[in-house]
Amino acid sequence: MLDRRDAVAAILRRRGRALVVTGLGSPTWDVAAVADSPHNFYLWGAMGGAAVVGLGLALAQPSRRVLVLTGDGELLMGLGSLATIGAERPPNLSVVVLDNERYGETGMQASHTARGVDLAAMARAAGFPAASTAATAEELDAALPALYGGAGPVLLVVKVLATQPPVRVPLRDGTHIKNRFREALLGPQASG
Amino acid sequence: MDESQPVWSQYIYQALKEAEIGQVAYVPDAGHKDLIELCHADARMRTVSLTTEEEGVALLAGAWLGGTRGVLLMQSSGVGNCINMLSLVEECRFPLLMIVTMRGQWGETNPWQVPMGQAAAAVLATCGVIVQHVEATRDLAPGVAAAAQMAFVSNRAVALLVSQRLIGAKKFD
Repeated sequence: MLDRRDAVAAILRRRGRALVVTGLGSPTWDVAAVADSPHNFYLWGAMGGAAVVGLGLALAQPSRRVLVLTGDGELLMGLGSLATIGAERPPNLSVVVLDNERYGETGMQASHTARGVDLAAMARAAGFPAASTAATAEELDAALPALYGGAGPVLLVVKVLATQPPVRVPLRDGTHIKNRFREALLGPQASG
Repeated sequence: MDESQPVWSQYIYQALKEAEIGQVAYVPDAGHKDLIELCHADARMRTVSLTTEEEGVALLAGAWLGGTRGVLLMQSSGVGNCINMLSLVEECRFPLLMIVTMRGQWGETNPWQVPMGQAAAAVLATCGVIVQHVEATRDLAPGVAAAAQMAFVSNRAVALLVSQRLIGAKKFD
């Protein structure tokens, strides 16, 4: 089990030109605290939608790696999205699940991954060519090249401790988050 | 039903081409059958088959982040599946173009289609989606063009509800 902020820092240190989408709750707080960037799109709601926002972005920007960082509860709400992504096979999409086996924002109730549900196995069964689980710093380090360079879609479950690091509230206004992202990615086209 | 589906689906397809739609997300519906086939055959349209309609709302938000316009095709029963995901569109002012083929509205013979069909327009409006109705095939092309313009230029969610009277009621009797 890894510290979630250490894991996010290790993942995003190597992001290069990757575009990042975060799922609501802790993954949004983690990414904003560790590596804010206009190339990050933060979700504060729309539970179950993060991976598919990443799919739409990956199809629209085939030359860029798209990295979705989300939580186990968030992905469990949109499990059908694994089937949709598996069927579409976007080669430039990677999904990282920061899996604390808890619903962290609502009182740390056990999620289904604490009770035997294996998200990496589900992703493989849905057609992801690469899906694995990392529970140590060494395993995470070994998984990073595939996350950024492997033929996607890639899913990486990172087992993290059920801690709640201090929340540094990131950008809140959705329209601003969207416009900041589009201006950074598309330049003058963004207003068109 | 004044023209057959292969004919009026062409009107929608041509209007989507003119609106430069690059991603077509759908949950299959008999009313959209020909349109889905036209979009699949078009190399400039990326079709994405969804497991549930709410995925399409999120997908097209991602497409817009990446500079691509999309359309979401569904039947009226799918509207209810979209409710919470529409908060993404409302809060972020994402453009969203939805074309909804209606069931439970005009001569319906499957009673299970009636509740969501009757609720669809009110549900969409409650979630901040601008609802526009098409009752005749002659209004399809201008209806799609106007909805697309409002969606992508004014950054709004617009749903075009295609009447069951236009599509023709499927017979279960």
